[in-house]
Amino acid sequence: MTAHEIHALSGAYAVDALDDVERARFEAHLAECAECRAEVTSLQAATMLLAGLSETAPPPELRSRVLADIKTVRPLPPTVARITERRPRRWTSLLAAAAVIGAVGGGTAIWQDTHHGTSTRAPSAIDRVLEAADVQKVSQPLPHGAVATVFRSRSQSAAVLVTHNMPALPAGHVYELWFRDQHGTMVPAGLMAGGGNRTVLFEGNANNARGVGVTVEPAGGSKQPTTIPVALLNFEQST
Amino acid sequence: MSHLQPVPTGDVPAEAGVVSLASLLRLSARGDEQAFAELYDATSARVHGLVLRVVRDPAQSEEVTQEVYLQVWRTAARYDEARGSAMAWLMTLAHRRAVDRVRAAEAVNRQDTTYHQGSHVVSHDSTAEAAEQSMEARRVRSALVELTPVQREAIELAYFGGYTHTEVATMLDLPVGTAKTRIRDGLIRLRDAMGVGQ
Ligand SMILES: [Zn+2]
Repeated sequence: MTAHEIHALSGAYAVDALDDVERARFEAHLAECAECRAEVTSLQAATMLLAGLSETAPPPELRSRVLADIKTVRPLPPTVARITERRPRRWTSLLAAAAVIGAVGGGTAIWQDTHHGTSTRAPSAIDRVLEAADVQKVSQPLPHGAVATVFRSRSQSAAVLVTHNMPALPAGHVYELWFRDQHGTMVPAGLMAGGGNRTVLFEGNANNARGVGVTVEPAGGSKQPTTIPVALLNFEQST
Repeated sequence: MSHLQPVPTGDVPAEAGVVSLASLLRLSARGDEQAFAELYDATSARVHGLVLRVVRDPAQSEEVTQEVYLQVWRTAARYDEARGSAMAWLMTLAHRRAVDRVRAAEAVNRQDTTYHQGSHVVSHDSTAEAAEQSMEARRVRSALVELTPVQREAIELAYFGGYTHTEVATMLDLPVGTAKTRIRDGLIRLRDAMGVGQ
């Protein structure tokens, strides 16, 4: 998909008319394209007008349920670096820049980072998996409307996890990702810092994995799962 | 960037003494349950109306609306005024959850799902009828007239039906890849006719 084509997804994104792959790719693009961010904001304002055409008050019991619910839930703190968190690519270019600083000095590093920060940058590892001709997809609905979807490309030897509405984690915990090998052993494959809608690259070579799992682990992760997986996906069921 | 907006977006305090939704969200983020209750009262009919329209099943719609408000409570601190009005943020959360719910349900019973051509999600009559409700709604209706029939149907199938743009293309017999363009062009026209989000 060309850059021009991906901009054209802004309207479909604003009305949630993208499938999982497109949504993940467009959100990765949004993090980097101020033009699309502005357009999506303005189009969402327009969709809100349509929504206003169908007001229906919920039953009064719902109000009591909601107000009782919130007593048990702590509001999250503001995300101070939300964009960076969603942008592994930027980390990569910063790391690349840091490496260049070490090697040849600051001037080149600045040029290098600027250079990589513009349209000439190569697609990220996540993009390469999602765009691979041999990509396999397997999806699992989870409780409370959450969905976990895994994309694996053997040609890229990599896999990507896309989550929607993943539940928030208790303080001091992370989601840990696992590859399940041919013996059924769970091999650590990286961490995901919290819930919500995320796109994360699995660490390590994904080619021998029969499936993947996601567990809740103490901060820093574990060597092997210490809790029952919240998601278990099997590549044999992929499409 | 807070210039005068020609259309009330739900955030503009209509009278003195009325707290804006954005302020209620900020207070909610600090754990103010009273402010959150006010936010609920001011917005729940629009949120639930949208969820019900997409999900349709009343019991499931209530679950989704409940989840939406829990999410609002939990993530209120992440609302960013630079990215649109508080009402738009709420409706975007609600719409995403409603669509995710119908798609998850659809993934489970995909075999049973058939779409009959002609049973459009929103008939133009019902759109028109609902639009009588308010001044703003009348303006929306007249803006909708600005759209081509295909743009309008594509937007309605996507927004109220929860269908993907590729599904919409099939339903409307459009060449693959053109429904997304119709949706985008239609939304741009609607936005410009209503003078929002500029
Ligand atoms: Zn763009």
